[in-house]
Amino acid sequence: MNILVCLKQVPDTQKVKIDPERNTLIRKGVPSITNPLDESALELALEVRSITGGKITVLTMGIPDSEEILRDGLSLGADGAYLLTHRDFAGADTLATSYTLSMAIKELGGFDLLLFGKQAIDGDTAQVGPEVAGHLGIPVVTFVTNVQKTAKDIIVVERMIENGKEIVEAEYPVLLTVVKAAQRLRIPTLEGMIKSFDIPVHRLGVQDIGADSSRCGLKGSPTRVKKIFSPKMNSKVKFIEGSIDEKAKKFISIVRGI
Amino acid sequence: MEYKNIWVLVEKQNEGIHPVVFELLSKGRSLKEALGERLIAVFFGKLKDRDKAELERYGAEEILAIHIDEGMDENHELLAELACMAVEEERPQIILAGATINGRTLMPLIAVQLKTGLTADCTELRIDKDREILLQTRPAFGGNIMATIECADSKPQMATVRPHVFKMKKTRDPVKAKVKSKRYSPVMRRTVRVLETIAQEEKMDITRTDIIVSGGRGLGKADGFELIGELSRKLGGMVGASRGAVDLGWISHAHQVGQTGRTVSPKLYVACGISGAVQHLAGMKGSETIIAINEDPDATIFEAADYGIVGDLYDIIPRILKEMESSGRA
Repeated sequence: MNILVCLKQVPDTQKVKIDPERNTLIRKGVPSITNPLDESALELALEVRSITGGKITVLTMGIPDSEEILRDGLSLGADGAYLLTHRDFAGADTLATSYTLSMAIKELGGFDLLLFGKQAIDGDTAQVGPEVAGHLGIPVVTFVTNVQKTAKDIIVVERMIENGKEIVEAEYPVLLTVVKAAQRLRIPTLEGMIKSFDIPVHRLGVQDIGADSSRCGLKGSPTRVKKIFSPKMNSKVKFIEGSIDEKAKKFISIVRGI
Repeated sequence: MEYKNIWVLVEKQNEGIHPVVFELLSKGRSLKEALGERLIAVFFGKLKDRDKAELERYGAEEILAIHIDEGMDENHELLAELACMAVEEERPQIILAGATINGRTLMPLIAVQLKTGLTADCTELRIDKDREILLQTRPAFGGNIMATIECADSKPQMATVRPHVFKMKKTRDPVKAKVKSKRYSPVMRRTVRVLETIAQEEKMDITRTDIIVSGGRGLGKADGFELIGELSRKLGGMVGASRGAVDLGWISHAHQVGQTGRTVSPKLYVACGISGAVQHLAGMKGSETIIAINEDPDATIFEAADYGIVGDLYDIIPRILKEMESSGRA
């Protein structure tokens, strides 16, 4: 089984703060992490490989520093790593990102199973996975919670639907977007870490993947962010004062007034 | 041919239409007025009289009924193919769909094929009248910031909106919608097979209740949810939770409110022991009335709340329960 896992380096949104004066994100001092849902995808890949055997390749697009998350993937047992980094890739929206990733995937070739986190916690669009499948012309199964069966020709997965779940069978190649799994990503072993030091992270630019640079990055992005602002907060909170009894009574009278 | 008119993709639910479709049509009416264009519902499959009447009530002026073979209407690849063929022919200016699991799977497939932009999970849609462009506002970075996005040079402009974001409002002057039936023969691509559909045993859906009582890490222990559960039962509501409490394993993910959980907008939201991380606020600030109970008077949750009670929830909630009991009803 030839498995691809796409990863994204994201700021830890739990630690992002807003500069109230300038209405901008304070990124300074905010740690970069692997998108947690991509970690679920990687864990799923490791589980599948332990049954089927084969290879796991990790791929990301980002600044040169994103190599770090690929290194983490290798230390957990990925067999190969590719970093799409080039100034022409910068400023990409989901269409340009998915185009670039799909060109790299075509160039690397031969994947049976392509795994993505359902969404990244910075952009939250949940679009890149299905859009890559669209570019590649392969089927996609979104909101996958676990893999039930893997065989030579087919994979059976469970996915969320609005009012329950669905069991879906797919032939390879297929792309899955994975929701947060109950099982956390494993911790690298010392042996795995040492072994991973010898594995190179290959860097890929526009030419390496035969991409049309007008379809990458900001140039290839039909959407533009026109304005950024802080979400409106209701600062008119009324504090209920008094004894516990008075607070309880007031609570009940508010609730009854609704 | 010029791109014109606003499409709302109709998603089905059980035997009827998903409520988010009516919410989108309600919003779509103001958009189409600003543009001076038409509001069109796009329906896949056999259109029943009841469906047509409902779509009309929320302002659909035209219904594009696209034929799809029975049992194929959950095949996203096929739906996308059909939608793209219809777009080529009809050239809509704007396409809207619910940010449901189906919508979030189908819309990206359509956008890629049309090589156009798509904005996910919008919380506000407006028309820039001078430029006749759709302004799409959505939260990003876990709700830390809001961004207004446009797709000015590429058509159609596409957006998804979560259920409950827009209010459902019937139109005062419904028209008899013209039904345009379409039949296409797309090249069948390889797709997946659904082997089994399992309805959720747990009937709990926190997006469908008027009252939510939520607990967070401030409960201090898993048992705290028993108290939260009691208060929610007394109020006739459901139990919500912050990501912190869910991550600690105190309660299941189905209860989680916020960025990686559910977005809710009940009439009453009671936040107990929740500090108010932006991810949580993003999921509940649309609630009509918010009451926060927290020990820390500086907790962020109070910035989102209408009423604040500073104190120990283990003192206050039992007192509320006792008080409700002695006064007979909630």
